[in-house]
Amino acid sequence: MNPPVGHNRTTVSRVLVRLVLAVAAALFLLPFAVMLRQGLAEDWSTVGELFTDDEVPFARSLLNSVIVSVPQTLGQLVVCSLAGYGLARVPYRHASKVLYAVVATLMVPTAVTFVPSFVVVSSLGWLSDLRGLIVPGLFSALSVFLFRQYFLDFPLALEEAGRLDGLSRWGVFWRVVVPNSTGFIAAIAVIDFIGSWNQLLWPLIIAQDSSTWTVQVALSSLLTAQNPKITLLFAGAAVSILPVLLVFVLLQRHLVRGVTETGLKG
Amino acid sequence: MNRRGALAFWLFVGPFAAGLLLFTYVPIGWSAYLSFFDAHNTVTPTEFVGLDNYTDMLTDRAFLDSIGTFSAFAALIVPTTVVLSLLLALLVNQVRVARAFVRSVFFLPFACSYVVASLVWKMSLFSGVDTGVVNTVFGWFGGEPQAWVGTVDPPLYWVVLVTVRLWLQLGFYMVLFLAALQRIPDHLYEAAWTDGASPGWQTFRHVTLPGLRGALVAVLVLNLINAYQAFDEFYNILGDARGYPPFARPPLVYLYYTSLGSGGQDLGRGSAGALVLALLIALVTLLSGRVLRRSSS
Repeated sequence: MNPPVGHNRTTVSRVLVRLVLAVAAALFLLPFAVMLRQGLAEDWSTVGELFTDDEVPFARSLLNSVIVSVPQTLGQLVVCSLAGYGLARVPYRHASKVLYAVVATLMVPTAVTFVPSFVVVSSLGWLSDLRGLIVPGLFSALSVFLFRQYFLDFPLALEEAGRLDGLSRWGVFWRVVVPNSTGFIAAIAVIDFIGSWNQLLWPLIIAQDSSTWTVQVALSSLLTAQNPKITLLFAGAAVSILPVLLVFVLLQRHLVRGVTETGLKG
Repeated sequence: MNRRGALAFWLFVGPFAAGLLLFTYVPIGWSAYLSFFDAHNTVTPTEFVGLDNYTDMLTDRAFLDSIGTFSAFAALIVPTTVVLSLLLALLVNQVRVARAFVRSVFFLPFACSYVVASLVWKMSLFSGVDTGVVNTVFGWFGGEPQAWVGTVDPPLYWVVLVTVRLWLQLGFYMVLFLAALQRIPDHLYEAAWTDGASPGWQTFRHVTLPGLRGALVAVLVLNLINAYQAFDEFYNILGDARGYPPFARPPLVYLYYTSLGSGGQDLGRGSAGALVLALLIALVTLLSGRVLRRSSS
């Protein structure tokens, strides 16, 4: 659809739009370029140094980030999609009250509950324990809410066909609903993974012992240390963003959908 | 049947409900309890102090300053984010060739962590030395090199804090606006053009902007909540081996240093502060949502 001929946009304004976008794009890419140039400038030996440096357990922290983010993402998907489905489809007398209790917690930002949650996690004995980093993150009220909204629109006919084939509700969920929702699940998964990989405040207070640091905590402690080693820092930063960049590039289509869902419905 | 229905429901919802209870409701309750006690380095305190933690908190200059810091930050980041992300979305929406690629470029920083971005901003772009990227560019135009993070008067550190967040989040909000733009039906534009509206400002004012109402409210409220919870970039950019400076502490940074920082854990005051802040953000969110919806309808 084009505007009427008399109003056709001039070549000048088209060029202007492209020029502004090109300049903006260059500015947006600059920080990445800086990171690569400073971190990997001379050769790849800085990366080797990073993994053998005694002061900061970088290799260990990278591993911890994987151990935390992957199970947290997968676990959250299972726990929250089940709950979202239950709230959307399983009839129960008190279902609306449960939904209300879930939605009410959306008003309480997770970051403000970090002191109280710290209290609970420390009484469980999970300070400086990877369980303290993984488990509390499994229960996202926002994910449950989004899954519920999504399942409300899921074609009922498909589920009924599954029931006619003799599947239980549980069977319908795993054999019919999940295989037909991979796009949406991937969207939530990408958002979860990026959020989990990049978070700082929670691991900062829970992972007090350096053996449980995540990669963000390790980088942060390098950055706020006395006389930070600049090349090491940038090499570490470059290595730490590789997994998320990979996820970003491979699953961008789902990510865009996830952002739109979480932003506009959440 | 009724009992079987309940069983099926809890089979699906039970695991999540248990987690929500343990990691959200119990902490809030426990925290409310602690806020009435002297809870230094303990989660099972014995000395009841009534409302002392609350009065301490509300008369603490630093606590009030943290609200002031948040207000200043919100005043800087919210309008710039809304205007720039909308502008980016409008521009990207005009591109016919390689639009997905252009969108990806602006969206890419969303994958980057605040720690990594803070690192680049603090150590390279806005490093105080003459060879820092921004100081170099300043030099080309005959400008004086600035210390940026270290400059308090005028408070140039705000430039660093605001630009880093803009870089990280503009793409996210741009994607929201792009989605909303694509939902505006073509026939509305056709009708406007038939009525003689020019494709520039008039169409934007009477078709595009009303169509973006929902997205605008979402972007504003999300932005405000996120600004309220700012921690990472403040902690990493302003903090160093000597600790955190006494100024520019947003609420979470203040809470972090009061309740869990190196000066010993005062969980009673921390809990009181957390509850006050939670209440405050709930109020701000509700009010802003209501005001925005009313003014735009």
